[in-house]
Amino acid sequence: MKLLIKNGHVLDVKTGLDSIADILAVDGIIHDIGSEIGETGCEVIDANGLYVIPGLVDAHCHLRDPGYEYKEDIETGTRSAAKGGFTSVACMPNTNPVLDNEAMVKYVINKAKIDGIVNVFPIGAVSKGLKGEELSEIGELKFAGAVALSDDGRPVGNSSLMKKAMQYASMFDITIISHCEDLDLVDEGLMNEGFQSSILGLKGNPAPAEEVMIARDLILAEYTKATIHIAHVSTELGVDLIRNAKKRGVRVTAETCPHYFTLTDNACEGFNTNAKVNPPLRTQKDVDAIIQGLKDGTIDIISTDHAPHHIDEKNVEFKIAANGMVGFETAFPLAITYLVKSGHLTLKELVYKMSFNPSQMLGLNKGTIEVGKLADLMIFDLNEQYNVDITKFESKGRNSPFNGFSLYGQPQYTIVGGSPVVRKKVLL
Amino acid sequence: MNLKSKDLLGLRDISAEEIEYILNTAKTMKCIVTSNNKKTAHLQGKSIITLFYENSTRTRLSFELASKYMGASAANISASSSSVQKGETLIDTGKTIDDMGSDIIIMRHPMSGAPHLLAKNVKSSIINAGDGMNEHPTQALLDMFTIQEKKGTLKGLKVAIIGDILHSRVARSNIWGLTKMGAEVNVSGPATLMPPEIEKMGVNVFSTVQEAMLDADVVMGLRIQLERQKKGLFPTIREYARFFGVDDKRLKLAKEDAIVLHPGPVNRGVELSTSVTDGEQSFINEQVTNGVAVRMALLYLLTRRGTVNEVTD
Repeated sequence: MKLLIKNGHVLDVKTGLDSIADILAVDGIIHDIGSEIGETGCEVIDANGLYVIPGLVDAHCHLRDPGYEYKEDIETGTRSAAKGGFTSVACMPNTNPVLDNEAMVKYVINKAKIDGIVNVFPIGAVSKGLKGEELSEIGELKFAGAVALSDDGRPVGNSSLMKKAMQYASMFDITIISHCEDLDLVDEGLMNEGFQSSILGLKGNPAPAEEVMIARDLILAEYTKATIHIAHVSTELGVDLIRNAKKRGVRVTAETCPHYFTLTDNACEGFNTNAKVNPPLRTQKDVDAIIQGLKDGTIDIISTDHAPHHIDEKNVEFKIAANGMVGFETAFPLAITYLVKSGHLTLKELVYKMSFNPSQMLGLNKGTIEVGKLADLMIFDLNEQYNVDITKFESKGRNSPFNGFSLYGQPQYTIVGGSPVVRKKVLL
Repeated sequence: MNLKSKDLLGLRDISAEEIEYILNTAKTMKCIVTSNNKKTAHLQGKSIITLFYENSTRTRLSFELASKYMGASAANISASSSSVQKGETLIDTGKTIDDMGSDIIIMRHPMSGAPHLLAKNVKSSIINAGDGMNEHPTQALLDMFTIQEKKGTLKGLKVAIIGDILHSRVARSNIWGLTKMGAEVNVSGPATLMPPEIEKMGVNVFSTVQEAMLDADVVMGLRIQLERQKKGLFPTIREYARFFGVDDKRLKLAKEDAIVLHPGPVNRGVELSTSVTDGEQSFINEQVTNGVAVRMALLYLLTRRGTVNEVTD
C-alpha cells in the first residue's frame, strides 16, 4: 500500500526539514522524502499550500475505557483524537477497573488494536487502585506496555510513598507523571480562589494547592534522581518552580493544556460548568506566565487532558458538576491561534511541544518525519479559519468551553501508519 | 417600568433603577402588611411555589405570607419530602413544578448558582431565596428598604457589614445592591472569613471592627455559623465575640443615629450583644415586617411582567 503526499510544506524538528517536499509512504513506512516524486497508481494527497508535520502525540488524555464507556470509549476517543490531528495518545489509568496491573494494560492495548484508529499507549497507575497507599506492580506494568505512571486525577498524597515510587520507577526507566494537588489546601474548592470565586460565592481552590505539590515533587525528584513529568501546570509560581528545578539539573519535564493559555477563571461566569476543570482556570497573570514558560522552554509539552463527561454530569449545579473538558478536537487549533498566530511560538516550536517532546518523554520513537520511520503525519492549513461547533465533535463528550470560538489550523488530514484516517477534515 | 428579567437571581444582575422600583412598590405593600385587612387581589390566579433545599423558617414564611396576602395559590416543597431523595435532578424537579402551572418558583439551595441553572430550564420566574454563598437578594432588598425608611436615602450612607463575609450570601447581595445605590460599604471580619480580593467589589476592607464602624450610618451584623470554628477558620466563639462582636461600646464609634440590622437569627452575645440586639438603635424586628412587604412587591412586579404595556405604564 502506497501513499504520496505532494507539494506540502514539510516541517520536521528532528531532521530540520522545513521546505516544500513530497513524501512517499510504502506499507506504512516513509520510503522517500524529496521533490517531484513521480509515483503513480497510489493515493495522492495534494498538500499544496498546506503544512505537513509529524502526527500529534498527546501525553495526557482520558479514554474512559473500561468502566465509563458512557462518557467515552476507545473507539470514539481515538476518532476524536484523529479528528484533532493526533496519531498517538497516552491514556490515563483512572478507569474502572484502574489500569494498575498487567491485565488491564493489555486490555487497553488489545482493545485499541481492534477499535482504535490511532495509536494508544496506556499509562499505568503509580499506586494500587489510585489509593496512594501501596505501589502498583510497576515492573509488570512497564513490560505489559505502560509508557508512564500516574495517579492522575488524584495526587500521591503520601510523600514517602511518592519518594519510593520515584526510586522504584527509576529502576525500570519509566517516568512518573505527577498530578500536583494538595488536597488539604484544595479543601472544598471548586474554582480558582480569587476575585471571581469571591463574587460567584463559590469556594476557592488556591494556586498554592498546586504549587506546594509541584515543589514537593521537584524536591523528591532531585533527591531520588528520578525522571518526573509535571502534569497540567496552571500557575505562575508553578512555572517558576519548574524553571528553577531545571536549572538545578532535576530531570523534570512539564506540560500545560490549551485551556491554561487561553482562558481565565472569568470563564466560570454564569456558573458555566464547562469551565470547571482541575486544576482550575486561573488568572491572566498565570496565563501570561504559562505562555512565557512555553516560550522559554520551561514547559516542554502541550497535552490535551481530554476529559469527556456525559451531559448529565455537567448540566447540574456547579458544585456537583464533574471536572474536566474535552480537548482533542480543539487543542491544535487553539495552540495555532493563541500561540503561533499571536507570535509567541514558531510553528517549529509548537511541533516540538505537541509531537516530538511528548514522544520523547513517553519513549515512543515518534514525532519525526524520517525515511524508515512509520508514516504518522498530520496536514493542516495555517490560514483557514473555522468556528468550533461542539455538536460536530467525534467525542461522546460535548463539555468544551470553546464552542463558537473562531480558530485557525484545523487538521485536514491525519495519517496513521501510512493510512489516512482523516481526509479533507472528514473522518474515514 | 417593568423588571427586565423574568427571574430575580441576584442584585448583581439588576439595575439601580429596578432596585428603586422594587423598594418604592414595597412602600405601598407595607401599608397592606400593617393594615387590618391583609388581603388584596394582586396575585389572584397566580401559582407560587417555594422550593427549599435548605431549612428556613423566616424567609419561607415571609414569602408564603406575601403570596397569600395577595391572593396567590401557594404551595411548599421541601427537599426532604420531595423526589430529590430519590435522586431526581434539580432540572427535572423544576420542570415538573413548571408543568403543573407555576408562575413563580421561590428557591433556596445550598449550592451557589443552583437558581441560575433552574432559571435557564423553566418557564416560571425564579426568585433566589438564597443560593450557597452567592446571593440572597430579597434579604438585601429588605435591608435596603429598612435603611431607606429610616435614613430617607441610601446614597452617601456608610454601611458597615461585620462578620463572616466569605460564607455570607447576605453580604454579597448587600454589597452589590448598596454600592449600586450609592452607599459606601465597609466590611470587617476575621481574615480567614474574608473573600479574596473583595475590595475589587468597591468596598473598604478593615481588619478591625472599630475602624469599619467609625462614623457608620448603618451597622449590619452577620450570623456566624458555629461549624466554621470546627473547620479551623477561627479559634473559638469567645475570641470571635471579643474581636468582632458588636457591643454598646463599639456601637458608640458609629454615628449617634446609626441603626443596627441583622438578617437573623442572632447569636446573642456573639455577633451582637443582647443590649445592642434589643437596643433602641436596633431595627431587627422591623426588618422582618419589611421583608414581607419587599417580597410582596417583588412577586407582584414579576407576575406583572409582560402583561402591562410598557408604553402606557
